[in-house]
Amino acid sequence: MEAISIHQDKQTWHAACRVEDIPADGGACALIGGRQIAIFNFSRRGEWYATDNECPHRQQMVLSRGMIGSQGDDPKVACPFHKKTFSLKNGQCLNDDGYRINTFPVKVENGIVYIGV
Amino acid sequence: MNTNTIKHVVVIGNGMVGYKFCEKLIAKQKNEHRFTLTVFGEEPRVAYDRVHLSAYFDGKTADELTLAPTDWYAENGITLFLTDPVVAIDRERKQVRSHHGVVVPYDYLVLATGSGAFVPPVAGVEKDGVFVYRTIEDLDLIQSYARNARAGLTRKGAVLGGGLLGLEAAKALLDLGLDEAHVVEFAPRLMPRQIDDAGSGVLQRQLESLGLTIHLSKSTQQITGDEAITGMQFADGSHLDVDMLIISAGIRPRDELAKASGIDTHARGGILVDDFLQTSDPSIFAIGECAVAHHMIYGLVAPGYEMAEVVASRLMGTEKEFKPFDMSTKLKLIGTDVGSFGDPFASGPNCRTIVYENKAKGVYKRINISADGKELLGGILVGDADQYNMLLQTCKNKTVLPPDPEDLILGSRGGEEAGAGVMALPDDALICSCEAVTKGMLCHEIAENGHTSIDGLKKVTKACTGCGGCTPMVKDLIQSVLKQQGVYVRNVLCEHLEYSRQELLDLIKINGLKTYNAVLDLFGHGDGCEICKPAVASILASLWNENILEKGRATIQDSNDRYLANIQKGGTYSVVPRIPGGEITPDKLIVIGQVAKKYGLYTKITGGQRIDLFGAHVGDLPNIWEELIAAGFESGHAYGKALRTVKSCVGSTWCRFGVQDSVSFAIEVEERYKGIRAPHKLKSAVSGCTRECAEAQSKDFGIIATEKGWNLYVCGNGGIKPQHALLLASDIDKATCIRYIDRFLMFYIKTADPLTRTATWLNKMEGGISYLKAVVVDDVLGIAADLEREMQQLVDTFMCEWTEVVENPHLRQRFAHFVNAPEQKDPAVHFESMRDQKRAREWV
Ligand SMILES: Cc1cc2nc3c(=O)[nH]c(=O)nc-3n(C[C@H](O)[C@H](O)[C@H](O)COP(=O)(O)OP(=O)(O)OC[C@H]3O[C@@H](n4cnc5c(N)ncnc54)[C@H](O)[C@@H]3O)c2cc1C
Ligand code: SF4
Ligand code: SF4
Ligand code: FES
Repeated sequence: MEAISIHQDKQTWHAACRVEDIPADGGACALIGGRQIAIFNFSRRGEWYATDNECPHRQQMVLSRGMIGSQGDDPKVACPFHKKTFSLKNGQCLNDDGYRINTFPVKVENGIVYIGV
Repeated sequence: MNTNTIKHVVVIGNGMVGYKFCEKLIAKQKNEHRFTLTVFGEEPRVAYDRVHLSAYFDGKTADELTLAPTDWYAENGITLFLTDPVVAIDRERKQVRSHHGVVVPYDYLVLATGSGAFVPPVAGVEKDGVFVYRTIEDLDLIQSYARNARAGLTRKGAVLGGGLLGLEAAKALLDLGLDEAHVVEFAPRLMPRQIDDAGSGVLQRQLESLGLTIHLSKSTQQITGDEAITGMQFADGSHLDVDMLIISAGIRPRDELAKASGIDTHARGGILVDDFLQTSDPSIFAIGECAVAHHMIYGLVAPGYEMAEVVASRLMGTEKEFKPFDMSTKLKLIGTDVGSFGDPFASGPNCRTIVYENKAKGVYKRINISADGKELLGGILVGDADQYNMLLQTCKNKTVLPPDPEDLILGSRGGEEAGAGVMALPDDALICSCEAVTKGMLCHEIAENGHTSIDGLKKVTKACTGCGGCTPMVKDLIQSVLKQQGVYVRNVLCEHLEYSRQELLDLIKINGLKTYNAVLDLFGHGDGCEICKPAVASILASLWNENILEKGRATIQDSNDRYLANIQKGGTYSVVPRIPGGEITPDKLIVIGQVAKKYGLYTKITGGQRIDLFGAHVGDLPNIWEELIAAGFESGHAYGKALRTVKSCVGSTWCRFGVQDSVSFAIEVEERYKGIRAPHKLKSAVSGCTRECAEAQSKDFGIIATEKGWNLYVCGNGGIKPQHALLLASDIDKATCIRYIDRFLMFYIKTADPLTRTATWLNKMEGGISYLKAVVVDDVLGIAADLEREMQQLVDTFMCEWTEVVENPHLRQRFAHFVNAPEQKDPAVHFESMRDQKRAREWV
């Protein structure tokens, strides 16, 4: 699918994929303006999240393949490699203070998932 | 309290110990305000964590190293002057004067001036490119000088001094990107005050493998070069070319101000204090690295903090003595562990020394024990300091040693419980010596106040906030206390599903649940995590044997199961077709070769007698499998917690010793159990005679041919902790053998904890192998028929997962790196070439 960009406020919303492209309670990676972004369909909570696809621990492009879940009330994703977990809300690594990932706003309209970058 | 009686304390020096003194005094006078504080610091920034100074090179910022922000001083009414050293003390008038001319009177004066680097009187130390390693400013200078390295100007660095700090500095030079980093030590060994010659030898080899070059017994005569250093000239006539040098030859206490003010100092440096840290002037105290207590300078942070405690208590009216302090150390940051505790060099008739050395692994351990074998006097650990905390505590608390003290360094054999050792310590054992936190205090916080995380304990006790060396022990303590309270007895999965795996399996089975969300809705809370999701996935697979990628189950699988392939460094996957028993036709071998060539895969024969194809892009996986399946291959389940391989020797079909056809039996066994999901992976092997060429006794279940039939062994393991399999039944025929394996595997699948191999499962089983025999062979529980039936059901419902994916467009579509560009491969994947094939690029 072509990436369409809509400028609005300071954020640029990029159409990333269709809702059904991302498995329920899982993630997938989209290429947005040359950048790899992991998109998560947290259907159990009815929430969408987007973060860097790269895990800062060993610079692996894999976070979209990680398992998502919660710690307390916080939604999180676990890197498949060494199980560093990151808050989906603010990107802070939850089991190693030294790491953090970027998070991006997501909106869904007419079955299309948009990421604000 | 009457304000007239409020006294004034001036602290000179805003280093680690000076800060700690302020913190303690503020905390102690929370309820009655007795003192106001003024602090003078010479450095431009507030006190920071000097112990972790090297972390500055790893990207920690000065802010992150700060012990307390400037606001903290203001909030607590402390007047703080930075970049303004005190230059004079008028003891008559009881006032100090700073460089900028600030004059402040005091009732009590605390000298916490620390120390500076000792720079030996070698000609040329003033040249450009010669540094010391003490403050953030020093590190800034070193870093900017080393930047020239990128421009090709600075290539070689050296450190003068092979002690604790010198080695840390040398590692920093390497990390800064210099081509060469040398360590020059005057003594004939490294860390001469902490470790012995043999330990130094092992350490040297380890450091050399990290890229450091070590020069021992070298006396430096001159630093050569015009303006900037170009080399070092040694007394033995040799010369070393270097572009920069860090001097780390020891510390020199900052006693100049005390001396000038007529306070007694030690002839070799340092401010003399008594057991109460009082100097020769009763209203002046000295603490930290500037003080000489018990005839020595304590160059570590923990004794400094204890000194701060002693003086703060004293001012608040509680008499405390500063006792001789333990100088045990553990080196951090250097890529190899070094520990030294108690009396590391003890020898003589009243002492027995036990030494363990493994040159290949670079490990050296020495413990010194009293002649009666009861007490640990001290020791040295190089290469593996896991037992450091335990040994240090045993030594400090004079705990009576076990009958075989060598177990202390060799590790006792058999399934010892992690943390059992901590509980044996007395309540007053100091666990965190930086913050003087005892085991009793920690246990109280864990048990009574419910602080069961490291973070929680950090907040309430400050343990683990100093050097951090006690963290592993505090973790053990949390575990052990919880266990004692019965909290962990049930060994629940995680915060979302508070059941053991066995309980959950029964619940899921009785309720006929088939999806993760159904399980969580009925029995759990929250949204799951990376622990309970794969555990439930494994249970669902073991119970129903449905395709693991359907009904929302794909996203609860570990990445390997989700993509039916093993994720490798760099994010590509490996492909492992099943080759039952290790037997393969030439035609199939050719297909593997063709597929590997077509998709550019690295090929290797595995330990399990099959062929692993590495480096496949996720998007290529379905195409690769389509070709393999067309040639008659099936999934090898190398990615799953499932049966891997049944290895076999060639047996009686070719081998002149063989008594049975081991290959045929191996194929039969592998075909029967392939694809069955279990709590962990399963490996098996069949040997054709007692010569055991297939190594069946190192497998989860292994079969060895006898003259009369087959012997069945179970619960063996290679891996991290090798364990021999134990004999379950002997001289049985094939059918009985299969029946026993059915029962054994099903019993394991139903009762083991997640990610527990059969060996560990057996080790934890009460009654051990005799009980297992009673269940599997004698059927004392009366469940054998059920187990066999359940196993037969799994065998009957087997489907090759890859065949299903290849044939199902919906599943197939999930194998793409980018959802919005499925044809495009991950541009971040890079390979390097090696021996005519490729390899994953090394990660940093
Ligand atoms: C790289 C490095 C690694 C280390 N690693 C460890 C370790 O792993 N474990 C460990 O226990 N210890 C370690 N140490 C030692 C530890 O940092 C010291 O023991 C501790 O900092 C001593 O604290 P202090 O307050 O006595 O001295 P300092 O922290 O040196 O503070 C003294 C302060 O006083 C200031 N000052 C001096 N004179 C005046 C004056 N006239 N007026 C005003 N201010 C003045 C100084 O500028 C300085 O800021 C390490 C040290 C370094 C340099
Ligand atoms: S185990 Fe026995 S039968 Fe098998 S290869 Fe070795 S010697 Fe031959
Ligand atoms: S032994 Fe270690 S490095 Fe080798 S394959 Fe196993 S996990 Fe990887
Ligand atoms: S690469 Fe993500 S945790 Fe190591």
